[in-house]
Amino acid sequence: MGSSPSKVLPRAMKVMVAGHFGVGKTTMVSSISEISLLRTEETLTDAGLGIDDLAGVEQKRTTTVAMDFGRITISEDLVLYLFGTPGQERFSFLWDDLVLGAIGAVVLADTRRLKESFPCVDFFEARTTPFMVAVNCFADGKTYTPQDVQLALNLDPEVPVMLCDARDRLSVKAVLITLLQHVIQRQRQ
Amino acid sequence: MSSWVDKEAGPIVRPYAMTSGRTQPVQGAFDLFSMVVALASLSIQDTQPESAAIMRMCQKPVSVAELAAHLDLPAGTVKVLLGDLLARQLIVTRAPDFSSSDLEAVIHGLQSL
Ligand SMILES: Nc1nc2c(ncn2[C@@H]2O[C@H](COP(=O)(O)OP(=O)(O)OP(=O)(O)O)[C@@H](O)[C@H]2O)c(=O)[nH]1
Ligand SMILES: [Mg+2]
Repeated sequence: MGSSPSKVLPRAMKVMVAGHFGVGKTTMVSSISEISLLRTEETLTDAGLGIDDLAGVEQKRTTTVAMDFGRITISEDLVLYLFGTPGQERFSFLWDDLVLGAIGAVVLADTRRLKESFPCVDFFEARTTPFMVAVNCFADGKTYTPQDVQLALNLDPEVPVMLCDARDRLSVKAVLITLLQHVIQRQRQ
Repeated sequence: MSSWVDKEAGPIVRPYAMTSGRTQPVQGAFDLFSMVVALASLSIQDTQPESAAIMRMCQKPVSVAELAAHLDLPAGTVKVLLGDLLARQLIVTRAPDFSSSDLEAVIHGLQSL
């Protein structure tokens, strides 16, 4: 009895766009979204923090973050959502809920401030969510090769690194395809 | 009696009141990108305006995040209201999920964008 959700509802897939303040997350999502960028607020709870040894009280940190997101309809049955949240480095301890069920993540980096990408890269390295690094090429940034960035960020050689322009739809498309191919690769291992 | 809801607090207190102070849905676990669709096309009478608006907006499949953005409500509030609708069997929901073949389909879809 009743309709099975899978018969009436498309499958949503989600990709997180992560990266430090002002790196181009919002720009990237809006470049490829078929809808104008939307924003909502989500309350994130740090469930994994555990017990405070002294007080024996569970310490949960809760923060409300804004979320930018866009949509790409792949077919009647498949919808891809891209989302990012501003000022992320401050909130990375809360990201577990956000990446749960995500296909993977794009970590946007800026060669003028590569060090600021460390917390973000650390987060994904400590988890199973596949990720790649996309280097947003600002005009006044020095030109690095993907190999330079891989070394500077001390990335596992399997993590794809790619130069991109977050303002350019084709470039963002190429980034997403690279991420998806990486996810498929990872699944085969 | 002077109102305890000042101008500043207004937008915060209102969603809280909308859910009678509840922060968790009675039924269902909604992801920000869970899809939702209405099972009933009726405009429900015995419900608050926000729930009626949700029912109108999910006549076609839509994500929790889109509902929240368009209604200008925190996602948590929308999830609580959706939980009530789910308990009344007025909607169905589906959490984000994917299979390998979906990944291939997305690559092809992106390539033809
Ligand atoms: N030259 C150049 N400018 C860019 C590029 N991507 C983004 N910008 C600009 O950089 C600024 C920051 O971009 P956003 O997309 O808002 O960055 P964000 O990561 O969403 O920033 P927060 O949400 O505040 O953390 C904006 O003024 C963009 O127009 C790029 O590829 N090249
Ligand atoms: Mg932004």
